[in-house]
Amino acid sequence: MAGERPLPKPTPETEHFWEGTRQGELRLQRCDDCAHVYFPPRPFCPQCASREVSVFAASGRGRLESYVINQRGHPAFDGPYAIALVTLDEGPRLMSNIVECEQTPEALVLDMPLEVRFVRQNDEITLPLFAPAEARS
Amino acid sequence: MSQLSNQVAIVGAAETTELGVIPHMSQLQLHADAALNALADAGLKPSDIDGVATAGESPTAIAHYLGITPTWVDGTAVGGCSFMIHVRHAVAALLTGMCRTVLITHGESGRSGVGRGGRRMDAASLQGQFEMPFGPMGPTTLFTLPVLRYMKRYGLTHEQLAMVAVVQRQWAAQNPRASYRDPITVEDVFASRMIAYPFHLLECCLVTDGGGALILTTADRAGDFPQPPAYVWGTGESVETPMVSQMEDLTTSRAFSVAGPAAMRSAGISHGDVDHMMIYDAFAHLPIYGLEDLGFCERGTAGAFIAEGNTAPGGSLPLNTNGGGLSYMHSGMYGMYALQESVRQIRGVAPAQVADVEVSLCLGVGGMFGASGCVVMGRQPRS
Repeated sequence: MAGERPLPKPTPETEHFWEGTRQGELRLQRCDDCAHVYFPPRPFCPQCASREVSVFAASGRGRLESYVINQRGHPAFDGPYAIALVTLDEGPRLMSNIVECEQTPEALVLDMPLEVRFVRQNDEITLPLFAPAEARS
Repeated sequence: MSQLSNQVAIVGAAETTELGVIPHMSQLQLHADAALNALADAGLKPSDIDGVATAGESPTAIAHYLGITPTWVDGTAVGGCSFMIHVRHAVAALLTGMCRTVLITHGESGRSGVGRGGRRMDAASLQGQFEMPFGPMGPTTLFTLPVLRYMKRYGLTHEQLAMVAVVQRQWAAQNPRASYRDPITVEDVFASRMIAYPFHLLECCLVTDGGGALILTTADRAGDFPQPPAYVWGTGESVETPMVSQMEDLTTSRAFSVAGPAAMRSAGISHGDVDHMMIYDAFAHLPIYGLEDLGFCERGTAGAFIAEGNTAPGGSLPLNTNGGGLSYMHSGMYGMYALQESVRQIRGVAPAQVADVEVSLCLGVGGMFGASGCVVMGRQPRS
């Protein structure tokens, strides 16, 4: 990476997520009452409003839901890069980048299987990025 | 006409004297320039106003700058559709007697950045934590994110997406105030610079300076003003999410699907009653989503509907007749300009006037599919 990304500042409600990425886990939350799995983090279920929710480690697998390839320069990226939406096997969708892959429409095929890569930014923040599942190294 | 006491009319409407590049005016003065023009349009003075609504600046700043002492204010700021929502809230305020005459203002130094506050995203917000680290650079990389999923699900082609820009340029060609008026082709769109695949420059809105203002009062007073009134027949509003990544479904806007039908129901109209339509077009896919979420087209068919010329000059459903955000102007919160064009069409004074407009529907979007407001206007009072 050329420069630094705008890094997240965890809050009390999201700290478990960022602690998880530091430890190599993609942590989601599940409602103990209605079993709804959701993201982004919050200490209650957005489906039924129950406060009885649990954190669990997701599989880290998903598929490419949609993306754009930004052509304008960003200090943290070399050349055009994809901003991607990834739908996890557990259901939630999140924004990320696709690594270990050409940043072209030909290489970035919708619904391609992906798996998480944890990319350390500093002592506090590790970002969950995704790579094509076939490109296991 | 006995219903007039239960209705509201737009009795003043105007944009800033200039549109486009206005480096000699601050954002606050753009609000005021538009407000003074709208007051002149209605034959009113600031002291006649007792309700103020605005977004982008605080209603406090606008009221003080113009010398207004309001009994009602609304600072709802949910992006470019805030002004549609202000109209809706103003109807409620006027009909419950909270105020008698409402001024809604917009001004934005989107291009020149004169007197414009910063827009930095807090790193502890959900967007700051779960979107900004992955490199989005504003609307061109966020509003655009859902469209590849739409294209795969419904088979929308790149040509059809480009045709949205081509058709709107046909409208802009008839509008002397439009920023871009030269006709374009699909090939021109494809040849324009790629901004964020699959969006080319000509499929993205302009970035300009400008403003607009509206004045509303109860319909029983509508005859007291120099201009023909535009009656507010129905309104709707909703919000979905501040994060485009968290839309329920990337191929439809939940906010559109709530606000649009609510406006049509409250207006008591069906699709066939709409003579003229505005759909906030920050990017070329917006009119496609809007036509489908309001039920004017079946899912997956609006791209073909537009490409076949149905919304073009001479088509059955004239849409974005000022040229839209893609060709007319776009300061950042474009909703005010869509409302202005609906009023002009109802009054019969638009540069690209559609014949016999009795009903105009105006659909706004805020954020990146985050919010929506919708206003249905009529040339006559609602029966």
